Amino acid sequence: MSEATAMETTDAAPAADRALGETLIEVKNLKMHFPVTEGVIIPKVVAHVKAVDGISFNIKKGETLGLVGESGCGKTTTGRCILQLEKPTDGEILYEGVNLNLLQAKAMTPFRQKIQVIFQDPYSSLNPRMKIGEILSEPMRVHGIITESADRDKRVLELLNVCGLSPRFADRYPHEMSGGQRQRVGIARALAMNPEFIVCDEAVSALDVSIQAQVINLLEDLRDEFGLTYLFISHDLSVVRHLCHRVAVMYLGKMVELADCDELFDNPQHPYTRALLNAVPIPDPTLEATREHQIIKGEIPSPINPPSGCVFHPRCEMAVDGCSKAVPEFREIKPGHWVACTEV
Amino acid sequence: MANLLEIEGLQTQFFTSAGTVKAVDGISYNVQEGETVAVVGESGCGKSVSALSILRLVADPPGKVVGGSIKFQGRDLLQLSDQEMRSVRGNDIAMIFQEPMTSLNPVLTIGLQITETLQHHLGMSEEECNARAVELLGMVGISEPDRRLSQYPHHLSGGMRQRVMIAIALACEPKLIIADEPTTALDVTIQAQILELMKDLTRRLGVALIVITHNLGVVARYADRVNVMYAGRIIETGTAEEIYHNPKHPYTLALLRSVPRLDQPRAAKLDPVEGQPPDLARLGGDCPFRPRCRFATDKCAQERPELLEVSPGHYSACWEKDNLTSAGNPVS
Repeated sequence: MSEATAMETTDAAPAADRALGETLIEVKNLKMHFPVTEGVIIPKVVAHVKAVDGISFNIKKGETLGLVGESGCGKTTTGRCILQLEKPTDGEILYEGVNLNLLQAKAMTPFRQKIQVIFQDPYSSLNPRMKIGEILSEPMRVHGIITESADRDKRVLELLNVCGLSPRFADRYPHEMSGGQRQRVGIARALAMNPEFIVCDEAVSALDVSIQAQVINLLEDLRDEFGLTYLFISHDLSVVRHLCHRVAVMYLGKMVELADCDELFDNPQHPYTRALLNAVPIPDPTLEATREHQIIKGEIPSPINPPSGCVFHPRCEMAVDGCSKAVPEFREIKPGHWVACTEV
Repeated sequence: MANLLEIEGLQTQFFTSAGTVKAVDGISYNVQEGETVAVVGESGCGKSVSALSILRLVADPPGKVVGGSIKFQGRDLLQLSDQEMRSVRGNDIAMIFQEPMTSLNPVLTIGLQITETLQHHLGMSEEECNARAVELLGMVGISEPDRRLSQYPHHLSGGMRQRVMIAIALACEPKLIIADEPTTALDVTIQAQILELMKDLTRRLGVALIVITHNLGVVARYADRVNVMYAGRIIETGTAEEIYHNPKHPYTLALLRSVPRLDQPRAAKLDPVEGQPPDLARLGGDCPFRPRCRFATDKCAQERPELLEVSPGHYSACWEKDNLTSAGNPVS
């Protein structure tokens, strides 16, 4: 096995030269329904939680796609389906044309190396009984990326350095580090595999504001340096706007809007997207005093028994009679801007 | 207007095996009647402990309020007996906690949890209690309030539970509510609902509010005055306008600059506060923000700066507070 590090990979293909255009991941009509059972001895399926209910999107090489929505909208489940941590009920996940849903565990292994994840909670996503060095070298050993133990140690130091951590952390345990430092370890662990694609599931949400900006900058630097592609799952719209090229908005298992980042934030079309943007507080008292707040009514309904027709209609102020009957088509209203609403 | 709460030189320390942690290290501020005061800072800066100290809820051991006074309507809360303190909690001063999932008792009905306070403090009869509970739930925007009384917390969503917490806080018509990260665990749309509700209710009922938060946006929307805390002390205090438009402490300045904002063009790069917050068990005599500060001078290494007035009502604890303007205004 050669010592192909992520550093060398980028030397061969600098990030700037990578044309945005080649599709890396294509998700087609993805559905993930979890059964709800009753009965202890002979469980009977009584209903389904439609966590993700027929969403489609693609991510190009080198692109960062933001996936936003409130808790329970299915954004995390979407990420887990792509990682094949859940077996989707229906639909296709094509990674460079290969349908991951159809792969057996063994055939999936090379893709597990290419697709990595950074979890939200830096406190629970690191094994408290392993030293940082062990946490970082384990995936390299398991996947046989670097077979020599000494070489692995060298690579661990390199990874720590890339993620802005001092080499002495290799001998420390997670509890000796702060949240921001642990999240850097989570990022280093993902990088250890020389991945092409990283699912960032609320990767900065648990961090303090001052630390959050550090980690966002790190994610950006790594993206440029290694030509990474991200699926950035977050509920924080300001962070998504800063980091992403394109943004998809989900509501109750459905995708309601998808557009280029600037287009989505400057010209939001779906009433839910608008309400979401309106709800974000801005750190400026003068502006806040004059800003009109259209506060969205009610709460997100249960995905076990979602509303008929457009799932957003009970909370929507633009709703008309037809909204409760027909499911709105996810249509392209201008090049690259998709909306699932009949009234825009 | 009269001062409802006067905190003077409050010091709370935790005595741990790793040494004495000065979680709150001499903070002073006042809250006037009907005013909303925000306490902003990062995790571990002592903002929650300072709030718990007001209600004497700091776990002892390992924690202890070791100095200062907390005068509420002229009475020093630190001198009260436990019995007297019980009649203050929930009655004169109420608290809303961050986690609506864990701060309600899961095995008691919503109704019981609201009426408990009413019975204890006001000695109401059962019918009176239930009528008042229904009224309170209606006030905080919960639908079908009479049916909710017999429901349990797990029947409700996070936003609804936080509404119940607000209803409990309002039950005895307190003069002051302390809300510790009231919307942190909630989604943005629900956060907007709860903030609007709290703002509306406190204005209408004339309740003073201390909001503890790390979210600068939340504070901007409804605080009259802002206290910024760092390493156990207030390092800047002033009106919301002053703090946001004319920050006089490098930490406040850096915090405001480090967050991406929806109302401004996308920046190429964020401007983070470098480094880590200090360990409160190992504070020296220098300015604790010095290692992360862009304006640090030799003087900062020798002496910790005191909170001094920069303009009427606006105080900053920084040796370089008058030289920050050259760095530009983050809100310009």
